[in-house]
Amino acid sequence: MCGIVGLYLKKRDLAGEIGELFSSMLICMSDRGPDSAGFALYGNEPPAGYIKVTLRHEGDDYDWQVLADRFGDRFACEAELQINANYAVIAVRADEGALARAVADIDPALAIMSIGRSIEILKEIGSPESIVDRFDIRSMRGTHIIGHTRMATESAVTTDGSHPFSTGMDLCLVHNGSLSNHNRLRGLLERAGIEIRTQNDSEVAAGYLMWRMQQGDTLPEALEAALEDLDGFYTFAIGTAEGFAVLRDPIACKPAVLAETDDYVAMASEFQALADLPGIDEAEVWEPKPARVYTWGEAN
Amino acid sequence: MGVQLFDLADSALRELNQRLHDLNEETAQTPWRVIHPRGAHAVAAGVDSPVKIDIDGHVGYYCAGMNQRAQITVHGMAGVGVAENMMSGIVRVKGHASQSAGATGHGGLLVIEGDASSRCGISMKGIDIVVGGSVGHMSCFMAQAGNLVVCGDADEALGDSLYEARIFVRGQVKGLGADCIEKPMEDEHLNVLAALLEKAEVSQVKPNEFRRYGSARQLYNFQVDNASSY
Repeated sequence: MCGIVGLYLKKRDLAGEIGELFSSMLICMSDRGPDSAGFALYGNEPPAGYIKVTLRHEGDDYDWQVLADRFGDRFACEAELQINANYAVIAVRADEGALARAVADIDPALAIMSIGRSIEILKEIGSPESIVDRFDIRSMRGTHIIGHTRMATESAVTTDGSHPFSTGMDLCLVHNGSLSNHNRLRGLLERAGIEIRTQNDSEVAAGYLMWRMQQGDTLPEALEAALEDLDGFYTFAIGTAEGFAVLRDPIACKPAVLAETDDYVAMASEFQALADLPGIDEAEVWEPKPARVYTWGEAN
Repeated sequence: MGVQLFDLADSALRELNQRLHDLNEETAQTPWRVIHPRGAHAVAAGVDSPVKIDIDGHVGYYCAGMNQRAQITVHGMAGVGVAENMMSGIVRVKGHASQSAGATGHGGLLVIEGDASSRCGISMKGIDIVVGGSVGHMSCFMAQAGNLVVCGDADEALGDSLYEARIFVRGQVKGLGADCIEKPMEDEHLNVLAALLEKAEVSQVKPNEFRRYGSARQLYNFQVDNASSY
C-alpha cells in the first residue's frame, strides 16, 4: 500500500496556497504510507536560459554556497541557490547533460534528484508530517505538485527507494502498486543505457518512461506502451513541466480518485485527502477508468 | 418528528456507528442526517433498523456495508465496496461509485445514479443493483443471485463465471465474460425490470430498451431441480 496525491492548478490564483493545500493532502495519506514521503513541486522557473538541479546531501551542514560558486564559475553565470534542509536547488545557464556532468565532477557524493526548468524533487525517510515540517512545504508556492507516501513492499526503506522518481527533464513519476516483471525490464533498460540505481520496481517504471521518450514517444504514447510492457499493479501520477497525467493498470485494484473544478484538478488514492480543498463540495469527483491515459495541461 | 443531525467534523465515526447500531424499532423512526463525512470509511456500516439516513458529501470505503433494513442515501461519491454484503434495505448513491459496489450482497436494493467502477455486484447473492450510468469491467463476476440493471454501458468481461444472477444492460456491452450469454427478454423479465426501475425511481428509461444476459450454465454443475432456490 502507498498513497498518492497530486494537485494541478488550472488557474494561478491558488499558486501561493499550493504548499498549504498539498501538505494536508500528503499528511492525510500517512495511513497508506508511513515509511517515507516525497514530492515534486513545479512552477518556480529560473531566468531564461537557466535550468535547475535539485541536489541532496546526506547531512544538513553541507556548504552549498561553495558548490554554487563553483557552478557559477564553470558555466560563466551567476548561479542561483536555494537551500532547504539537506537539499539545495541550484540554477545555472547550462544544459541537462553538462549540469549532470558538473555535479559528478565537482562532488560525486551528491545525489541528483531532478533536473529541469520547473521541477524540484525532495524526499526523505520518515512520516509524511515530518517531511512536511522538515522542508516547510506549507510555505511553498507553485503551479502543480505531486507527492507520495510510501509503505515499502518491493525494496528497502531508503531515500533512494522513495518517490517521486525522476524520469527525465521536468518529468517524474509516483507509483502505488507493485510490478512483477521489473527485474527483466531493469536488465533491458540497463542494456539500453538507462541507469537504474536501486532494486525498486517503481524506479524501473520511471526508467521505462524515460527510455520510451528517448525513443521519440510523447508522454501519452509512452504510457500507452507501458500498458503493454509493465506487468503488475499500478496507479501512476506523472508530473510534467506544464501538466500532469494519471494511469491505472487494466485490472485497476489500486485506488484512485479524481476531482476537478474550474480552478484545479486533484488526484489522490482516497477521497479523504481531497476533503480540505476549496470548492471540493462542488467538484466533479470520479474514479479514473482502468487502462486509460488521463492528462491535464501540456502533458504531451 | 425532527431530524437527528450528526457532524463527523465534530464527533467520531465510531460514535456515529454505535448510535446507529443502538437504534430500536421506535427510535429508528427519527431520520438521521450525517454531515461532513469527508471521505471517511465505513460510514453507517452494520445498521440493522428501518432508519432513514442521509449522508451529505463523499464517503470512503464500505459505506452502508452489511446494511439491514435502513434507507441510506449518499449525497456524493462512494468509495470502494459501498453496500457490500447488504442484506436488506435501500442504499442510494447520488454520485458515482468506486469498485466492488454491492459486492456479495444478499438482499435489498442498491441504486447508483452515476457510474459504478469495476467489479460492480461481484459475487452478489440476491441483492438488486440499479446503475443509472455505466459499470466497469468484471461486473457481476461469479454472481449467484439477484439482478444487476445497467442503464448505460458495461465494460469487459461482464458476468464472468456467472451463476444465476440476471443482468440487464441498456447500452453497449464491451465484452461478455466466460459462460455469460445474451438471453431472450420475456414478459416475466420485462416485469421484473419494470418493477426494479420503478423502485429505484429511474423514470427516463423503458424496460424494452434493455437486453438481458445470464449464465449459459456450462461452467458450474447446474441442477434444474434447484432452480427455484435462486
